[in-house]
Amino acid sequence: MNVVNNKWIGQRTIRPDGVDKVTGRAAFAADTTMPGMIWGKVLRSPYPHARIKAINTAKAEALPGVKAVVTSRDIVDFTIEKGAVMLGIQDMRWMCRNVMARDKVLFPGHPVAAVAATTEAIAAEACKLIEVDYEVLPWAIEIDDAIKDGAPILHEFNKFDGKPSNIMGRIESKKGDIAQGFKDADIVIERSFTTRPVHQGYIEPHACLISVAADGKTTIWSSSQGQFMVRAMTSMLTGIPQSDIRAIPAEIGGGFGGKTIVYLEPLATLLAKKSGRPVKMVMTREEVMRATGPTSGSKSTVKIGARKDGTIVAAHGSFYLQAGAFPGSPIRGAVGCSFAPYDIPHVLSEGFDVCSNRSKVAAYRAPGAPIGAYAVECVLDELAEALKMDPLALRLKNAAKEGTKAAHGPVFPRIGYIETLEAAKNHPHYAAPLGKLQGRGVASGFWFNAGGESSAQVNITEDGNVVVTTGHPDIGGSRAGIANICAELLGIDYKRVSVIIGDTQTVGFSNLTGGSRVLFASSMVVTQAADKVIATLRERAAKLWEIDPEAVKWENGAAHPVSPNAGQFEPLTLADLAEKAPSQGGPIGASVQLNTQGAEGGFGTHICDVEVDVDLGIVRVIRYTAVQDVGRAVHPSYVEGQLQGGVAQGIGWALNEEYIYNKDGKVDNPGFLDYRMPVCSDLPMLDCALVEVPNPKHPQGVKGVGEVPLVPVMAAVANAVHNALGRRFYSLPMSPPKVSEVLDAPTQQAAE
Amino acid sequence: MPKLHVTTSVNGEPVEFLCEPYETMLDALRGQLGLTGSKEGCSSGDCGACSITLDGRLVCSCLMLAAEAEGHEIRTIEGMAKGETLHPLQQKFLEHAALQCGICTSGMLVASEALLAKNSNPTEEEVRFWLAGNLCRCTGYDKIVRAVMETAAEMRETRA
Repeated sequence: MNVVNNKWIGQRTIRPDGVDKVTGRAAFAADTTMPGMIWGKVLRSPYPHARIKAINTAKAEALPGVKAVVTSRDIVDFTIEKGAVMLGIQDMRWMCRNVMARDKVLFPGHPVAAVAATTEAIAAEACKLIEVDYEVLPWAIEIDDAIKDGAPILHEFNKFDGKPSNIMGRIESKKGDIAQGFKDADIVIERSFTTRPVHQGYIEPHACLISVAADGKTTIWSSSQGQFMVRAMTSMLTGIPQSDIRAIPAEIGGGFGGKTIVYLEPLATLLAKKSGRPVKMVMTREEVMRATGPTSGSKSTVKIGARKDGTIVAAHGSFYLQAGAFPGSPIRGAVGCSFAPYDIPHVLSEGFDVCSNRSKVAAYRAPGAPIGAYAVECVLDELAEALKMDPLALRLKNAAKEGTKAAHGPVFPRIGYIETLEAAKNHPHYAAPLGKLQGRGVASGFWFNAGGESSAQVNITEDGNVVVTTGHPDIGGSRAGIANICAELLGIDYKRVSVIIGDTQTVGFSNLTGGSRVLFASSMVVTQAADKVIATLRERAAKLWEIDPEAVKWENGAAHPVSPNAGQFEPLTLADLAEKAPSQGGPIGASVQLNTQGAEGGFGTHICDVEVDVDLGIVRVIRYTAVQDVGRAVHPSYVEGQLQGGVAQGIGWALNEEYIYNKDGKVDNPGFLDYRMPVCSDLPMLDCALVEVPNPKHPQGVKGVGEVPLVPVMAAVANAVHNALGRRFYSLPMSPPKVSEVLDAPTQQAAE
Repeated sequence: MPKLHVTTSVNGEPVEFLCEPYETMLDALRGQLGLTGSKEGCSSGDCGACSITLDGRLVCSCLMLAAEAEGHEIRTIEGMAKGETLHPLQQKFLEHAALQCGICTSGMLVASEALLAKNSNPTEEEVRFWLAGNLCRCTGYDKIVRAVMETAAEMRETRA
């Protein structure tokens, strides 16, 4: 593909779903209703850890207006003993226990029963009438409390080092021999860090509307990052075959990874089946905060050794991540991504998956990677300072490039990390003067990116326009990217391409919207489908002209003879060929299904300026520049939007966001007032510098974009705060009380 | 207690509905009136996704009782475009890609319109503080602030 003279790829077109979203017409999960619809509510555990001795639902069932009650008895049990049953990265043994507690509740908010009634108020009243006999157990939430000797054990079957433990697993990435590597070092810096659990913070609470017909045919409207995931998990947890479940993707009001698993759908399906009525369930914000996946809190230790000239010779990282109630914290991201930007001969990166009495983690934008990068990139800042080197120069000296073998396995192909460092170094931001109590920090980050299964259909309408159907919920403008690419390939105006997201029974299997995979994977299948359509169009023209299809080319939305030698014919446009289709072989369209390969990793480098209000302890970000190798910016506005959104989330994680637990083990700040996400007045403009090193394994050069921008942020902010104050913070968030405490203790060198 | 009968005006049209005394204006809009453009993100007045105007004043409809609409004028996102013609703010949000998932967009637009009605020439800081009651988790606000400032500039030119 000629990337220089693109007409549509790289244009800031109006997104296909835009008008619906600025006029309030777009239908999100909670916006749908059905005749006869009733309301479902969940009864949740008040305790962080307790054995369920008995549940009596009789009184609730007797309440007028109540139509159905379900408990764990109604959910398919994936028993622990039978071993793992995996769906993607999720083990259904944990999923079945997360959607409804079985023998034990493991966190406050853990579902215990669900009720459907004719009104929300009756359903809520019925929940209060359910009698649960709990044996309250000791609990542990923080990592240190969960891994110490004598800690209350969540999953008695689990052993670590031969003893019952909350450490559910350990993984490592290894390269060379770190013992040898550290011997070669002139300088070694080792530091420990902690981060708090933070929530994805999507503004739309989880919601669904589900109808089950008398013959078992089930229709699900819900907001998720994957209608096929919803169908598969609901099928596995209810026993209804996948062929009987039509999962329709509603518009999704943010996910950031948090909507890659189900919470409500299996419960609403069972309630709808029992009651014979469509059931709607919508979480409150408090339920979202208490019972859906934040990401892990963490404790990390990172040790890096370098020679005097700045060459890094050895690195060791150990990362303990809270998984919450069930195994599955994102240790792979912390272990694999942290050191990936650097060419280091000796690396050991270890991750420990720690269960504790807190809601089960769900994915959050580059899961695990920001936690690892925070520790590594802060240590690198100290190393640069100790070596009296510019922090970008230190990174440039050690930057991974084509041919570098990463500790997590791959040998990098052509990557754009060095380009991001050069762009940051040459950016006017990096040389801009700083005022009093202001500081500047830099940090880099890496994310694996992902390919995987995608399906698409490209159909030509009878009037010669185009409908593209893909299988990925559009969470940030991917329909606009697909429309740009399809218009480019077919040589027609962007407005003639309609892009829709199909439901599970109308488009082929497509994996989750996640891992920064959507535009990479779906444009690959759309490209192949469009190529097939173009081949058909050339054949049709060739037949009409009675020449060889090889003698026909497709250009500017029409078939032309390749050269005058092929014959003299008036071009046949898409509309001409669509009109002739019935008599020339029938409908024109193609469908492609692939397990896409070749998603290459992404790198970013960020520059952050802060100003510290020493009276109030408030850190304000006053300037921010995110540089990233984005492969190919198919729609630059939405690429920038990914960078800006990731940065804003990272600033929240760095400065204010955290789960605060009370003495009873309950989250004390389950709302947007006390769980303080960045608001408009907290942030400056967020500048982006897009570096485009095309992915050689993709037809348009696309690389995943959405996750990298969160990875470097906390370290960039922390390094800026150090630069402003001369003090380092080794725990997040750097919130006003913590900053004030450090500023009020002038003799202390560093804040724990 | 019997339901309350409320007579009000929504987007310039006379409207009557019945509601429970405890129901919020957001419940009535999304339920009885079928106007689901206003969103419920928190039901505590912290996210602004349910922003509407009551007699021109910006309010969170989740913090207002439905019965309080009696005799007043309500405007929602559904009343912002005139037929097929988008409001300049709506158009500018599209051009600037000032939305990603779109769940905050209704509230952002209603709040922005209320700002420009009061202040046709807001500074960046004024825009940022006015919109501080409207959470967006996707965009980092950058493109939203730019869209509002640019709309204000264009509307001033049109008026001049």
